[in-house]
Amino acid sequence: MAAAEGIEVKLIGAWPSPFVLRARIALNLKGVEYEFLQEKFGEKSELLLRANPVYKKIPVLLHHGKPICESMIIVEYVDEAWPAAGRAILPADPYERALHRFWASYIDDKLNPSGAALSKTQTEEAKVEAAGQVIAGLKLLEEAFGRLSKGKGFFGGDDIGYVDIALGCFLGWLKVMEKTSGVKFIDEEKMPLLAGWAERFCAHEAVKAVMPEPERLEAFARKRAASAKAPPANQNTF
Amino acid sequence: MAETKELVLLNCWASPYGMRCRIALAEKRVEYEHKDENLMEKSPLLLQSNPVHKKIPVLVHGGKPVCESLVIVQYVDEAWPDRAPLLPADAYGRAQARFWADFVDKKIFECGTKLWMLKKEAQGEAKKEFTEGLKLLEGELGEKKYFGGDTFGFVDVALVPLMAWFRTYESFGSFSAETEAPKLVAWGKRCMERESVAMSLPDPGKVYEFVCFMRKMFGLG
Repeated sequence: MAAAEGIEVKLIGAWPSPFVLRARIALNLKGVEYEFLQEKFGEKSELLLRANPVYKKIPVLLHHGKPICESMIIVEYVDEAWPAAGRAILPADPYERALHRFWASYIDDKLNPSGAALSKTQTEEAKVEAAGQVIAGLKLLEEAFGRLSKGKGFFGGDDIGYVDIALGCFLGWLKVMEKTSGVKFIDEEKMPLLAGWAERFCAHEAVKAVMPEPERLEAFARKRAASAKAPPANQNTF
Repeated sequence: MAETKELVLLNCWASPYGMRCRIALAEKRVEYEHKDENLMEKSPLLLQSNPVHKKIPVLVHGGKPVCESLVIVQYVDEAWPDRAPLLPADAYGRAQARFWADFVDKKIFECGTKLWMLKKEAQGEAKKEFTEGLKLLEGELGEKKYFGGDTFGFVDVALVPLMAWFRTYESFGSFSAETEAPKLVAWGKRCMERESVAMSLPDPGKVYEFVCFMRKMFGLG
């Protein structure tokens, strides 16, 4: 167990957020004990505003009271702050690390925004186009999986790594979107590698305890849509 | 390990992202071939090396491409770890450096592009975000010599191409860097005293001319 005397770790977050999920998975992979501080919906705590004055967003990791913000930066910090615990989240080789960082950037800069755009579409035509963008992005990741996994079960190889965390956090919401849009995003025939990976990821020890069930996410999304009259999106603010 | 393999940087002289890579490579005193791309006619090497985004900069090391400027800078830092470290040794310092470099990407360069690409009427939000971003960066710099403290580091590399672009942003955004961000202007001058920076940043006047030309091409007048 990586938690030792004097180590104080807290995570400010909210259970539906895929970005918060990234931090939780990383901490679980390293066996780090932490206190989860659930933000109240629609209201940002004083602690959050103090810990992340720049963006005022979750997740924020507090380690000995010092804040770390931005989910993938938190993941990398967890990897570096507990180097001997669990297994390395990023590979050791500089070139492999660059590949992982590239694909995590792609997921945040292109794939996630295309998913958010889809959730906001109003017409059938717009929906079809937006869904096409998401699928095109996932196809690139299907190809990348071949290169990064080296024939093993995860982007990180034998076990969950940086890109697995970056992408896998969205699987719950992806299932919700599949239901609401009627579009199959990770089709076993068209994306066999991602389909197999998605099952393994969701079943992983470090993930299954913290990944919310799609039904619960769906109920949450319906409640939000009803109260805000706006479509739910994969945001890390509540 | 990294010494004997061929190193090529695919770039465009005006790109602030490319400037970051040049500065990092110069800090590490690494020799490489610089290939200026014509973005209207991208080379087969560029399209092959960055099929996902088809953008510069790309660093090709022993035939293997690395894309995205901050990924490239971190790669350069890690591939030549024995000299001029760009990131601090402690995990918390590294997280802070990554945070601020990412902030520079979102709030300075992405915003800055809006300042010259959008028509004046549409600029309002971008200008507010940009000038607020400058103030936050000044707060982060404080009284330090560099963002990296006494050592020129990751955030400095990420931000310093702004010095070549400030004149352009000022002109299209209608503000004065000296008024809005005097500390950053002073910091920029200190950075320009470094050979790696001086040799990697083009003349701001040339960048401004280039952007005027681009705006005409996009019909922005």
